[in-house]
Amino acid sequence: MTGRNHIGTPVRALAGAALFAATSLTLAFFTVALGSGPTARAGEKAPSTEKVNYASPLELLLSPDGSRLYVLCQESEEIRVLDARSSAVIKTIAVGRVPRGFSLSPDGARLFVTNSWDDTLSVIDTARLEVVATWQVGAEPSSVIEDRQGRQLFVANRISSDVAVLDANTGAEEKRLLAGRGASYLTLTPDGTKLYATHVYPNPSAYRTAPESEITVIDVRRAVVVDRMPLHAIAGVFHTSFSGDGRLGVVAEYHPKNLVTLAHLEHGGAFEDTITVFGEDVGKPVEVPLDELERYASQPFGVAIAPDKSRIYVTSGGSETVTVIDAARLLRFIHAHPAPFVQDLSASANYVVTRIAVGSNPRGLTLSKDGRRLFVANRLDDTISVIDTRTDKVAATINLEGPDTISTLRHGEQTFYTSRYSFQGQIGCASCHIDSTFDGLTWNLEPDGFGRSIVDNKMLEGVKDTEPYKWTGTNPNIPTECGPRTEKYFWRSEQYDNRTLTDLSVYVRSLVPRPNRFHPAESELTPAQERGKAIFERAVDKFKRPIAELNRCSYCHSGPKGTSQKIFDVGTRNPTDNTGLLKAPMLTGIALTAPYLHDGSARSLEEIWTVYNPNDRHGRTNDLTKDELNDLIEYLRTR
Amino acid sequence: MKWLFTIAWLLLAGTGAFCTPPRMPHFRFENFTTANGLPNDHVFAVLVDGDRIWAGTDNGLALYENHAWKVYTTADGLAHRAVISLALDKRTGDVWAGTMGGLSRISGGRIDSFTQLNSGLSNDVVYGISIEGENVWIATAAGACRLNLQTNQWSLYNERNTPMVEIWSYSVSATPAKVYFGIWGSGVLEYDQKTAQWDKYDDPDGENEMVLFKDQGLIHEIVTSVSYVDNVLWAATYFGDSHYDGRYWHNFLVKDSGLPSNFTNQVKGVDANRAWFSTDKGLAYYDGVNWAVYRPSLKDGKPEMTVRDAEGRVTSIPVTTAPAHNYILGIDFQGDDIWVATAKGLSHGIRQRE
Repeated sequence: MTGRNHIGTPVRALAGAALFAATSLTLAFFTVALGSGPTARAGEKAPSTEKVNYASPLELLLSPDGSRLYVLCQESEEIRVLDARSSAVIKTIAVGRVPRGFSLSPDGARLFVTNSWDDTLSVIDTARLEVVATWQVGAEPSSVIEDRQGRQLFVANRISSDVAVLDANTGAEEKRLLAGRGASYLTLTPDGTKLYATHVYPNPSAYRTAPESEITVIDVRRAVVVDRMPLHAIAGVFHTSFSGDGRLGVVAEYHPKNLVTLAHLEHGGAFEDTITVFGEDVGKPVEVPLDELERYASQPFGVAIAPDKSRIYVTSGGSETVTVIDAARLLRFIHAHPAPFVQDLSASANYVVTRIAVGSNPRGLTLSKDGRRLFVANRLDDTISVIDTRTDKVAATINLEGPDTISTLRHGEQTFYTSRYSFQGQIGCASCHIDSTFDGLTWNLEPDGFGRSIVDNKMLEGVKDTEPYKWTGTNPNIPTECGPRTEKYFWRSEQYDNRTLTDLSVYVRSLVPRPNRFHPAESELTPAQERGKAIFERAVDKFKRPIAELNRCSYCHSGPKGTSQKIFDVGTRNPTDNTGLLKAPMLTGIALTAPYLHDGSARSLEEIWTVYNPNDRHGRTNDLTKDELNDLIEYLRTR
Repeated sequence: MKWLFTIAWLLLAGTGAFCTPPRMPHFRFENFTTANGLPNDHVFAVLVDGDRIWAGTDNGLALYENHAWKVYTTADGLAHRAVISLALDKRTGDVWAGTMGGLSRISGGRIDSFTQLNSGLSNDVVYGISIEGENVWIATAAGACRLNLQTNQWSLYNERNTPMVEIWSYSVSATPAKVYFGIWGSGVLEYDQKTAQWDKYDDPDGENEMVLFKDQGLIHEIVTSVSYVDNVLWAATYFGDSHYDGRYWHNFLVKDSGLPSNFTNQVKGVDANRAWFSTDKGLAYYDGVNWAVYRPSLKDGKPEMTVRDAEGRVTSIPVTTAPAHNYILGIDFQGDDIWVATAKGLSHGIRQRE
């Protein structure tokens, strides 16, 4: 923690104690007042009613002349424009819902902001500091780049996994280019000819094989995909950065160990946090660890390379640090030793210079033109660390004037993202639940037995009031899921105190589903969705035979979230499963969360029924034609 | 005597003996087989993508680039080894390959495959593909379908929601205004993109092979290929070919045109008047008036080019090369050059000065 004047560590400790006391006293009230529904559980605090408006700075940009610092504030949904020297606020500009990425036009005259929850792009005139246009774009736009000529804009859409090409003057979409799954971050090469797109979820691959990711390389002039740089065994790829001469590229990424039983955390047992370096300076792309043997750079996210190419800086949201790498030493190491390096965490000693502690959940970063100052956005602190790159120390902390108190939700979110609770700080909740969602991976957890009970990692949004938890439904509530289970089997380390566990549970319960793009609010179902709904709810099959309750979609997947919260055996047990009895999972956001079934064996919604339901135990579906099954899936995508 | 020579000359001129054959394109054919890099000699489809040539073969998808072949197989993610149709998304550069086991998208070297089990694709046998905007239109052995690339929604078209009597869909040609499907045994289906209405064109003579009235309508119900260009529909069948301008039909049969065979695997329109026909007895070109046929001779296999003018006069043009085989399955254009898929190799027709 950096020394934030009113919510620094000592202050936070006091605040924590006070809040814990307050929480204990008010828990009974919350349980009665807010948790009175049938799903309320003892020991689980209902969400706090307090609404505290934090800024949550996620990304940073400096104006071309270096005079202004633009701060993308995700939670307050605004862009704050600061004087880069004095940190004084010049203006605050409201944008759309949950902004996620931004960039300046080459001349700095326009600032483009992607608003990920309302699928819009805000265009800000940087002279007037006003939003001058708001354009509708694709599903969950996450970053944006304009080409050097000012002809086209490229927008990475996370949900549709593509990069849209827009007319830079009108915002009219010209086409979409296929990118990796969960396309999110775009980087232009220094010469402006290529665009590199990364993605946060792994591309589909065969069951229980290593995750496969890519950097999608786009020819800017032609606006076509010309290459895909494979990132083997990587799931979760974030920012890319290039050296000024374009000869060195660096991308931040997660390297999960989901194919081996998660039985220990030593030596990167669950995750390694890595970068892949590429370009003419490197030759063949090489993955190198950021971690040390007993210390991790958990959840790497942002990357910057010094103008003189001497240093590489990487933020780690879970470890709350910036890793500083000596670029020359890294290149010498790579060229002097045979790859692979990723299994050897001692490798980082050859090139990591230092790790600088910053604030809570550091994300975006940007360097001043002379490379002397590094600005780091501490998302869950509402601060910006200013690092003097000559001393590698935090020289100042810019306070974004957030609330003085840390709310229950904010503390829960900090707990969710930090890796401090796990053994040697290797993982946090967000390591597997990227941006509080899921990771698209299947895992094997040791308590179920080595090689037993492979489980698909589930989406967290909307998880409130869908207990019991775990695929087998053996965890009665979120505190149990997040507390003893997580502490014992994941963290192998420090236990949460009562207040922390409560706040974490409140945060997880607060995660609401993102807007459903297949059934926008207030819209009618399409004819195909209507037909699918009728199939979902039917009690008689096509041969006029009644369908038993247990074989109806709507029986097991009842209620607003599509779960009866009961245990069923739908015939999907594999030889490696300890049981075939599974809790009916909720359907919320199901269109986004492939693979499917408890063990992730179904790569698509279709396969649930075309491959894994031969005896109609997972609903009566084998009487359906192909177009009827398509209709059913169209309906499910609206959930 | 002079008048006798004059009369004789006029009589000969009347027979066309001194007529210069119409100027039709000449090609020098370079053929590719397994001997020079193709994975298989059975080439079902060919696609020109700028300087790159894609060949759908019985044993993989071959890409010819920089004078070398690269082959994509099921190990690379291809849905099936037998690639029977190809389409290019000109906006993105993505190539779509229809196979005997599903549909594959080749994008920047990555292959994603869709099957009837893992997606909404109606059937794994994909005979035809056409890209129009964000929609991929697909002709399969069990109906037609459309994949919207923005929403990933599949729409299926079959006997339950279209006038399709048979569902064996062989070909599709999509434009922003109309989408045409060639259906085996069910004529031509037309989908109006604006009204979302279907129309159907059948052989007025029904399913028999007789042509009672020429140019009355579609030549036959067994439609193998459709090509919609310049608001004109070209349709190929195994029993002759048709041209429809929205009001009038004009049909082509061996007996009254320059077609080398009524058995036509593919028609590809150049514009409203010109088209190429891939038949089982050679490759034919129609310029709106005259015909040219390119093939190894049916008698001795020697390279052959014949030109037929509007009056039906046929002239043999001396040539030294021909497509790799008479059984032609498809064609695509590369500037003035042509690429031809045949049952025994892929042919590059390099345009020569006539």
